[in-house]
Amino acid sequence: MTAYLSIRNLTVTLTGGTPILRNVSLDVVAGQVHGLVGESGAGKSMIGKAVLGTLPRALTISTGEIWLDGVNILTLKPSQRRQRIGAIAALIPQDPLTALNPSKRIGPQITRRLVDILGWSKQVATARALELLAEVQIPDPVRVMRTYPHELSGGMRQRILIASAFAAEPKLIIADEPTTALDVTVQKQILRLISDMQTRHSTALLFVTHDLGVVSKVCDTLSVLYAGKVVEDARMHRFFMRPIHPYSAALLAATPTYTDPTGSLTPVSPKVIKAVEQEIQEHDMRARQ
Amino acid sequence: MALLRTFLLRLVTTIITLFGVAVIVFVVIRVVPGNPIAMMLPPGATEDDIAQLQALYGFDKSILEQFIIWLSGVVQGDFGTSISTRQPVAGLVLNRLPATLELSIISLIFAVLMGGTMALLGTRYRDGKAEGVIDVIAGMALSIPDFLWGLILILLFGVLWPVFHISGRISPALNIDFSTQFYLFEAILRLRFDVIYDLIGHMLMPALALAIPLAAIIAQLLKQSLKETMHLDYVTLARTKGYSEGKVITREALPNAVLPTLTLVGVQFTFLIGGTVIIERLFSYEGLGNMAIDAVINRDLPLIQGIVILFALLFTLVNLTVDILYVVLNPRLRNAR
Amino acid sequence: MQDERGALKRPLGLRLWLSGSWLTLLFFAALFAPLIAPKDPLMQDLFLGRMPPFWESGAEPGFWLGTDSLGRDVLSRIVYGARLTLIVAFVAGVLTCIIGATLGLIAGYYRGWADRIISRFVDIWMAFPPILFAILLIAVLGPGLFSIIIAIIIIDWTRFARVIRAEAMSQGAMDYVASAQVAGRTKLDTMLSEILPNVLPTIIALLTLEMGIGVIVEAILSFVNLSISTDSPTWGGMISEGRTSIHQAWWVLVFPLITLFLTVLSFSQLGEGLKDRFDPVLR
Repeated sequence: MTAYLSIRNLTVTLTGGTPILRNVSLDVVAGQVHGLVGESGAGKSMIGKAVLGTLPRALTISTGEIWLDGVNILTLKPSQRRQRIGAIAALIPQDPLTALNPSKRIGPQITRRLVDILGWSKQVATARALELLAEVQIPDPVRVMRTYPHELSGGMRQRILIASAFAAEPKLIIADEPTTALDVTVQKQILRLISDMQTRHSTALLFVTHDLGVVSKVCDTLSVLYAGKVVEDARMHRFFMRPIHPYSAALLAATPTYTDPTGSLTPVSPKVIKAVEQEIQEHDMRARQ
Repeated sequence: MALLRTFLLRLVTTIITLFGVAVIVFVVIRVVPGNPIAMMLPPGATEDDIAQLQALYGFDKSILEQFIIWLSGVVQGDFGTSISTRQPVAGLVLNRLPATLELSIISLIFAVLMGGTMALLGTRYRDGKAEGVIDVIAGMALSIPDFLWGLILILLFGVLWPVFHISGRISPALNIDFSTQFYLFEAILRLRFDVIYDLIGHMLMPALALAIPLAAIIAQLLKQSLKETMHLDYVTLARTKGYSEGKVITREALPNAVLPTLTLVGVQFTFLIGGTVIIERLFSYEGLGNMAIDAVINRDLPLIQGIVILFALLFTLVNLTVDILYVVLNPRLRNAR
Repeated sequence: MQDERGALKRPLGLRLWLSGSWLTLLFFAALFAPLIAPKDPLMQDLFLGRMPPFWESGAEPGFWLGTDSLGRDVLSRIVYGARLTLIVAFVAGVLTCIIGATLGLIAGYYRGWADRIISRFVDIWMAFPPILFAILLIAVLGPGLFSIIIAIIIIDWTRFARVIRAEAMSQGAMDYVASAQVAGRTKLDTMLSEILPNVLPTIIALLTLEMGIGVIVEAILSFVNLSISTDSPTWGGMISEGRTSIHQAWWVLVFPLITLFLTVLSFSQLGEGLKDRFDPVLR
């Protein structure tokens, strides 16, 4: 099985030198879902941003390789890189309320890139958009195409963003906490939808989340991130049966499970955190030498 | 619905404001110490002359009576008779209005083009040297008023490197008959490119003088608004779709960034119209403002009154237009019930 | 981060320093005009008409910046013109400031009917073209120094009233004002001892900007011959004359123009600089 997205030894630093990501490596296989788990601030969103080229200006990629569809995109010129990513990858953003342009109707927001970047004709793009809106179970797609974002609910907007992400049949989708901003009832539906769409289109999906419960439902493999470092990389079954790294074990113990909702939760103990931090310090020492 | 309500509401406040302006102009001219009729007459006029003239212009009645007479005239389009030319004020003023309107609109177009370009460039190359340069230029442009810009332009392009016209509205040599006073508009309709060229050539310097400060304001406001928009999620999402940075700015950020700057630009545009008074004088451009100054020098009170009220009307109309545009361009307000 | 801030502060300091120096220089030139000016600014000599400045050939010794068409010394007229300019700037600026800021404070702190009346007047004022309003007032009051000052006050008080009203409103909502009132202080006392000191920096910055406006208004009115009588030298009057003889004697326009330019720029840079300095958000 070859990886569609393969990140090798990626280090991202803040201007001034503080590392945000340390030597991160991970693989996302075509047609599979890879979970990226960590606490907030662990740097998990930054991995997606590094791949898509939307890192904040204060951050720079200092070392590493990002192989996408057999090409190390970090060696490409910025304009080539942008076009390549635009053609084969897509993002499902975190907050559906802010991720749609408030001054434009829904239709053009989905079709425009198909016309502009992929060179489709307007009719084909519109037909495709309608088809996808139906696929993400939006009632009356023709009408929705003509509405403005503020006329739709958060769940509807997230469905639209999902449809938009799949519109160009990308080979890789990065979902950045796609359910965090939604109501709990809607969360489940959206999660199911992303999972179904991924299976049907057999896309590689990098699923960024802080929620191990979510990961257990949709992912095939996962990476656990702590303070910008991958502490564990595993297949799902193995991870939930027998986590290797003490931080992973602690994280798992701190997650409620559906099988035993009454079971008590154990917070991550300071001892574990200290151990991980020591590990990271050693890593930084090695990097400096 | 929302559009209609905003429009009606604004229309009412517009009328109230205009009425206030009319009252103030009327009262200021009549209450201030000094007999306005005595001011109109040459020194050495007899008491009899003064009384006669006062009766002629209605100054012998009470202020309230005068105001009612004047207002009922205004409602019928009669703004009184100019003292210096002995012609109806309404005709004189309307004859000059097109020249001032054309100058103001050309200036606004210049300002939007220059300010917009600066804002877009500043956003494209933000946090770099280019943005710093744009900030400094805008700051300088803003701290110098249009009157001084006019003089500087006259020196630069009228004297040091005399390439542009620095006085008048049209070359007398052209000698063409216009059927309206909207020379530029008419020339465009008739496709007389030589005339368009000549008119724009005359307008270029005064319009630039008026446009530079406004361009600076647009550059500052729009750039700030654009930079705020650039952090929003839908802009980031557009980046991942393969659009270039320039396209991301013009297509995704610009439509949303324009809205908050629109109201402020509207207010600034009224200041620009006010600025035409002195700029027209400076460039001997035959518009309303130039006539206003002549009216003051000739102490032609009915004419001054008419011009001030016309300017106030222009101001309130600009504000009204901006309010309506704001609703039309904002999808949230447009569809609200 | 620290370094970046330092870098931002330095040009600001230079800006304030340069504009301050120019204005000080101008102030002393105006104060000691009879001692500084090399010639009598009103002395005409038709034989010395349109003499170029000293570095050009054909210049007349003693007339450093040349003469106008009536043979009057340009430098001396600029120096004497500074007197009128600065009188208008200071007197009109300070009076406008006092009236506008007082009304703004009352409207913003007392609110209620006072605020309603003042705000309505501000709205009506906004519908007047400022320059036209000035010309209207001059037409009624008659040309003269006094008229210019009155005109500036009548037109520009709203500039202070608007800003100070908003500031007083936001200050009035602060806890320290409430606690001052709980402590039993009267409203007037609270306004003067709590609100006023907090809006004072804004008032000073606005005052500086207003002085620059005073300079330009005086120049414009004397340019259209509506300032004081024609025989006293004014920058605007010189510019007006220079505009007509621009192709024969550029210096008659250029030197007063440069002086006016630097003065207006200095006042506005000083005002903007003070605004930045005092603004706690930017600081």
